Amino acid sequence: MTGRVVVIGVGNPFRRDDGAGPAVVEALGGQVPEDTLLTVSDGEPGRMLGLWSGQDSVIVVETVHAHPGSPGRLHTLDAEQTARCATGPASSHGLGLGETVALAAALDRMPGELVVHAVEGEDFGLGPGLSPPVRAALPELVHRVTTAVQEAQRRLCSRTG
Amino acid sequence: MSHRGARILRLDALARVEGEGAVHLTISDGQVTDTRLRIYEPPRFFEAFLVGRGHTEPPDITARICGICPVAYQMTACQAIEAACGVTVDGQLAELRRLLYYGEWIESQSLHIHLLHAPDFHGHHSAVELACEQREPVERGLRIKQAGNAVMELLGGRAIHPVNVRLGGFYRVPARGELAPLAEQLRRVRDDALETVRWVAGFDFPDAQLDCELLAMQESGRYAIDSGTPTALSLPDGTAPSRSAAEHRFPVAEFERHVVEEHVPYSTALRSSLDGRRHLTGSLARYAISGRWLHPTAAEAARAAGLGDPAAGEACRNPFRSIIVRAVEVVHAVEEALRIIDAYEPPPRPHVEVPPRAAEGCAATEAPRGLLYHRYAIDADGNLTLARIVPPTAQNQGAIEEDLRRLVQSRLDRPGDSPTDEELAVLCERAVRNHDPCISCSTHFLDLTVDRR
Repeated sequence: MTGRVVVIGVGNPFRRDDGAGPAVVEALGGQVPEDTLLTVSDGEPGRMLGLWSGQDSVIVVETVHAHPGSPGRLHTLDAEQTARCATGPASSHGLGLGETVALAAALDRMPGELVVHAVEGEDFGLGPGLSPPVRAALPELVHRVTTAVQEAQRRLCSRTG
Repeated sequence: MSHRGARILRLDALARVEGEGAVHLTISDGQVTDTRLRIYEPPRFFEAFLVGRGHTEPPDITARICGICPVAYQMTACQAIEAACGVTVDGQLAELRRLLYYGEWIESQSLHIHLLHAPDFHGHHSAVELACEQREPVERGLRIKQAGNAVMELLGGRAIHPVNVRLGGFYRVPARGELAPLAEQLRRVRDDALETVRWVAGFDFPDAQLDCELLAMQESGRYAIDSGTPTALSLPDGTAPSRSAAEHRFPVAEFERHVVEEHVPYSTALRSSLDGRRHLTGSLARYAISGRWLHPTAAEAARAAGLGDPAAGEACRNPFRSIIVRAVEVVHAVEEALRIIDAYEPPPRPHVEVPPRAAEGCAATEAPRGLLYHRYAIDADGNLTLARIVPPTAQNQGAIEEDLRRLVQSRLDRPGDSPTDEELAVLCERAVRNHDPCISCSTHFLDLTVDRR
């Protein structure tokens, strides 16, 4: 364990709202304690496991789809809720965050704690730039993630202290 | 996937991109009369996005097309622009580029083998189920993948969208000592890679035969990855008098005369054909066209796995067995990466200058999932006036559709109960996954519709 908080912004900035995760990570620079590890990922499960296994506290920032959807709405999920979002047997071998968490659990590669902060996306078309509802939700998402980093840091300090 | 009136919020796709691929089957009186594969095709967008940008930008921008194979896009973009500018990158810089590319091969092929393809052969819906039942092979796969990842991080600067690559070479090249831990990690996964070949060779493989031409880069003496000449091989049906009669090559500059793309109304992708016939690129094509130049360790693993003798130019025509060929390619990539590290001497400069000039240039390389072609036109000020990208998945579309037709037809012809849509969906997903198309890494990759008449 590293005693460090890791923030992973998942997404592709060239798929419109899918870039919200990386956009949050960019906005976090200077907002969170210096030893916070800020990183971005395309969400591929092997790489995600590599980024988070052995870490104490991991915060993932993601864009999600919901049915019925409300673009810009924010969600906070714990590891268990996230794993439940693994796609059902009717689907193909999806490799979303739900599967990644389930896979990590099966292989004992979960971090000490994991929380997902997500925003519902509207536009996943090709190109850079967020849709208006997601752009409008970004400051609140950044605020939630910043708070989550600070709280995680406090927990880690009180444990080691 | 809309659920009108549903009250429960379903966050079912914590997933980045939804419904990227679809198969539509038309079945009429027990005959498959039409198969249509709709695939996700970002290159069209990027072609337009690139026009007007500087000639140094395509390596960075095209790397964004695919999170799984950014290096393939970077290497092909660099070579195409360097060709236009009359610059050749050789010696240790070329070797370092190849090392980076092997890192991507190791990573991408291991991802497909262990997390996407293997679950199919065990009746599992996902890698999660496979990991619960057979933990060791999945762990092994992740170890191999991690070694590939380490190569990409060291040389590329990071694993996704590597930032250390530039026209003419790299921003920074490693000292010899920096590669030592990498070599250590690669040596540790040598046995893992061989064990993976043995593991996948033991799977049950349904009967199936490709019916298409194969296309891969070929360079005498090398299992081509970033060099060579586009080479087509007619699949031997017994009529070709000899291997050489079945093979024909064309200069990469003539690529677009042979590989012709056409719009199909049901897909954003352009579907291409090779001299009017459907063709396949990727592991099966490379193995058939370059197998005799595999590293001896990889060749021996292939023979032991029942693929026949690659030295004798044997082809593997069962698309389900592509998983074995991928595993053999990982062995080859690990061995070649070690060879490059062993002989590495830092080049005097991290890159050569690539001054722009008004010209056109093109290049093709072997992305993990198949042959990737780029062409660029540059004006005297170094602005791009044209970008052309032909990715492997679009080239494979026709061959995959034919594979789908054959597999579904053979299931329909089997006596007994007719298949349900669910059974056909599983079969179609397997048929598509055999070819590792770009869509296979996105969730919900396949929506199946069956039109029964």
